[in-house]
Amino acid sequence: MQAFTKLSGPILVLERENIDTDQIIPARFLTAIDFDGIGEHLFADWRNDANGNPVPGQVLNQSRARHSPILVGGHNFGCGSSREHAPQALLGFGFRVVISSQIADIFRSNSHNIGLLAVVLEKDQHATLLQMDGEEITVDLEQCKVIVRASDGDEQSWSFSIDPFARHCLLRGLDRIDFLSQAEDAIAAYEDQQVQDWQ
Amino acid sequence: MSVPESLFDKLWSAHLVKAQSESIPAIIYIDLHLVHEVTSPQGFDLLRDMNIPVRRPERTLATLDHSIPTLPAGQDGQRPYVTEQAQRQVQALRDNCKQFGIELHDWDSLSRGIVHVMGPELGATQPGMTIVCGDSHTSTHGAFGALAFGIGTTEVGHVLARQCLLQNKPKSMRVNVQGKLAEDVTAKDMALNIIRYLGMNGGTGYVIEYAGEAVRSLDMESRMTLCNLTIEAGARAGMIAPDQTTIDYLRGRAKVPQGEAFELAAEQWLQLASDENAVFDHEINLDASVMRPTITYGTDPGMSVAIGEPVPQPTNASQEKALKYMGFRSGQAMSERQVDVVFVGSCTNGRISDLRATANVLRGRRVASHVRMLVVPGSEKVRLQAEAEGLHETIIAAGAEWRLPGCSMCIAMNGDIVPPGKTAVSTSNRNFEGRQGAGSRTLLASPETAAACAVLGRVAGVADLESVQEVV
Repeated sequence: MQAFTKLSGPILVLERENIDTDQIIPARFLTAIDFDGIGEHLFADWRNDANGNPVPGQVLNQSRARHSPILVGGHNFGCGSSREHAPQALLGFGFRVVISSQIADIFRSNSHNIGLLAVVLEKDQHATLLQMDGEEITVDLEQCKVIVRASDGDEQSWSFSIDPFARHCLLRGLDRIDFLSQAEDAIAAYEDQQVQDWQ
Repeated sequence: MSVPESLFDKLWSAHLVKAQSESIPAIIYIDLHLVHEVTSPQGFDLLRDMNIPVRRPERTLATLDHSIPTLPAGQDGQRPYVTEQAQRQVQALRDNCKQFGIELHDWDSLSRGIVHVMGPELGATQPGMTIVCGDSHTSTHGAFGALAFGIGTTEVGHVLARQCLLQNKPKSMRVNVQGKLAEDVTAKDMALNIIRYLGMNGGTGYVIEYAGEAVRSLDMESRMTLCNLTIEAGARAGMIAPDQTTIDYLRGRAKVPQGEAFELAAEQWLQLASDENAVFDHEINLDASVMRPTITYGTDPGMSVAIGEPVPQPTNASQEKALKYMGFRSGQAMSERQVDVVFVGSCTNGRISDLRATANVLRGRRVASHVRMLVVPGSEKVRLQAEAEGLHETIIAAGAEWRLPGCSMCIAMNGDIVPPGKTAVSTSNRNFEGRQGAGSRTLLASPETAAACAVLGRVAGVADLESVQEVV
């Protein structure tokens, strides 16, 4: 996967709480056998009307959406199904980071497996970001910091915590399968030891 | 004395290939990997990229369920797939299973079914196992005292390749449901009450163990319904310690040990329980006796009321938005809402007991003329059993459609959809915006409630049927 170290760019705010994976990528777009082009269907039912025409003024249809690498979503982002198509669609659309005050378990682990950084901030920090749609911020994974410029011009820097292993893999662009492959001896030993239970 | 452990602690440590270190999560071994057409193709691509086989094909079990048609093949023998792409995806699973030597329950299998219905029916799901699938409702299998959870497609590839996953240990929560459920209250109602209490994200970061008298009293199919809905509170896995009910369900199933070997296994399975003083990160106590038949009114499964209660007052902007989407006003009687579609089925409520409950309500009654009702068995075994009992005749005579097994209108990716703006009462698991089709409005409920809504053509409970004179 693509490595992530540090990125600055404008944020796109989707303030709604509980944005579920059915919103992020509706189920009818899950029948492909690869993830190519899946970003085109991101939030399809928000972006398009019943006839499939783009909804004018919808924030994701604005040209800036494609140039905003950081999505700030409402509380409990990514709840619902385990479809990896959801973070794949976000990546495919052009996002590299998702920020919220809570991110669902499976969505977060899927995101980190494919190089989409999922950041959980404190509620008040998150609330501040929700008011900053379109403004530029910096997400620094090396330092585990989100850096914003407040309205009075002061720079604020917020630390976030992240699973150290996810961070390690993201910083270096490492695929987790390699860690499992390196554990082959331990896996084989486990299977040998447990073999009786399998009969 | 050893430290008291929870059932989850025991399952976790029994599957540790490598313990968690400061920098690397634990590696846990996966006993059973369930596979379906939608979330697996890119997982198999990993094997081809690495030029390796499936590590344990005998621990991998595949089925067609998510995107397949529930109408039979036409006269030309062609099944009515929603798109050619959906058909190609099914063919890809067929090809992958053939190439990698995986047991696939295809159209010709008498065991094919929704992955979470089929696994338990075959006895592939067993106590003490770790079970994963590229589907969030894998939590269903926890009903057998297994650690079972949904994974993404990258992880599907990991399990195919190495039979293991890198995992940080989640926190543990015990949900005790004491007392007795009233006779007209189902496991679906219990689950909706638990989700309302926890909120749709209250379980995030946790594995839940369900315990207490009311949980113990549930039969296996009801336990599966309860565990199935665990993810709707945000928890990846829910589990119930095995007991005699579990053993009786499993005895004689195709993939469990047979004869003396089964009794030996059963003895071990019955040991799987939380120690008396096991510590949980969080513990809640609920009273089953106050739970009533329940239905959702919003766009997350935590937004529910007892049947007969009005639409509640929204407490935040997101609930206000949900009411607007659903076309409800706070204070409005739910019974005012006309129902357009009723769906009985899914991995939540598509088992034989669910179809019996549906048929019991429909017997001698008619589905209201403006309602389209779909009844979709969870598996071929369920379908055949229902047909042997004549349930399908009752269901068809009432005016409902009797379909072939599949996920159907729960995920609505096979063409079985609820039209925009229409209201569906559904026995499935998610009432998210557009879940059953763009613009669809979903009310989640038990099969009994769904059937009552179908008959009366509006939001109602079974009790309402008795007070209404129907024209049959």
